[in-house]
Amino acid sequence: MLFRYRGGEGMLAWAFHRISGVAIWAFVVLHVIDIYLVGGNPEAYDELLAIYASPIGRVLEALLGAALLYHALNGLRIIVMDFWPPLTRYHRQLWYLCWLIFVVVGLPVAWIVLKPIWEGVPT
Amino acid sequence: MQIELRILRFDPERDARPHWESYDVEADPKLDRVLDLLHRVKYELDGSLTFRRSCGHGICGSDALLINGRNRLACKERIEKLGRRISIAPLPGLPVVKDLVVDMEGFFSSYRSVMPFLVNEGPVPAGERRQSAADRARYDDTTKCILCAACTTSCPSFWANEGYVGPAAIVNAHRFIFDTRDEAAEERLEILAGDDGVWRCRTIFNCTDACPRGIHITQAILEVSSAIVERRT
Repeated sequence: MLFRYRGGEGMLAWAFHRISGVAIWAFVVLHVIDIYLVGGNPEAYDELLAIYASPIGRVLEALLGAALLYHALNGLRIIVMDFWPPLTRYHRQLWYLCWLIFVVVGLPVAWIVLKPIWEGVPT
Repeated sequence: MQIELRILRFDPERDARPHWESYDVEADPKLDRVLDLLHRVKYELDGSLTFRRSCGHGICGSDALLINGRNRLACKERIEKLGRRISIAPLPGLPVVKDLVVDMEGFFSSYRSVMPFLVNEGPVPAGERRQSAADRARYDDTTKCILCAACTTSCPSFWANEGYVGPAAIVNAHRFIFDTRDEAAEERLEILAGDDGVWRCRTIFNCTDACPRGIHITQAILEVSSAIVERRT
């Protein structure tokens, strides 16, 4: 039913919130593992850092940033409506505002994260 | 205008599971609504088609259906805005009895669980229980519910957990919780503070979008949530 029901912006906002939440959780698990490797297996940690710095790693890093930013902004949108229920009448506009901030903040960050791919500068 | 009507049919005596059937029907896009087309199919093409309807004017709430992927009242939904291909299925998340008829018992059981009636143990006044216009306005929006179940069955939280009382029950609790003449707000808030109460709402807004009466359902749910929080602080 989830894919058959044609919900509006509210349903999309919720679906993206869930997907980004699961992605962030997966990263946190990965992060716990990589931090463990610092002491447990330093060579493997160095190899993992090299993967993070590779083009695919950087794209994944940019996607992680996107998930974090969207989840944070939409989370604030939900909190604002929780505190002031009449604002639910403007939930669509609040969601569009989230996307505006997402683009304004996210694009420069993505540029900084991805730039080494085409400049070839290891960081 | 020729319309292809796709209807999800299910006869428990014949079918193992629901299946789609198509009907070509003539419709006047300016005048006809989905209910008119369902009548045309039943009266002219297939008398076995089963669906609920009563007033046919958006008041009784009998004919809420999943129309082109959204919960709508068949008697209110105009053909004009639906296109030449229309799909009709029973309300999601409720057991199907036959064709477009669902078992509403679970829905009404949730409704009854929130005590949707005025509770006042005080002495019966000689006249009306008076109330200011401002006090009446506080819950005006939630008096409009017609119990069609379009909201509850559009909610992904309800699909995932049928124990969730759902938006309609919360709307009807809201109607009494904020009524100054009522004395059972505490009891209702206690019920709705439980595992299957307001906290299952994920602010998805499908309910608000589906409501044929235009009730701001998500706002009502969040107002009840706030009342629960304020009660505890």
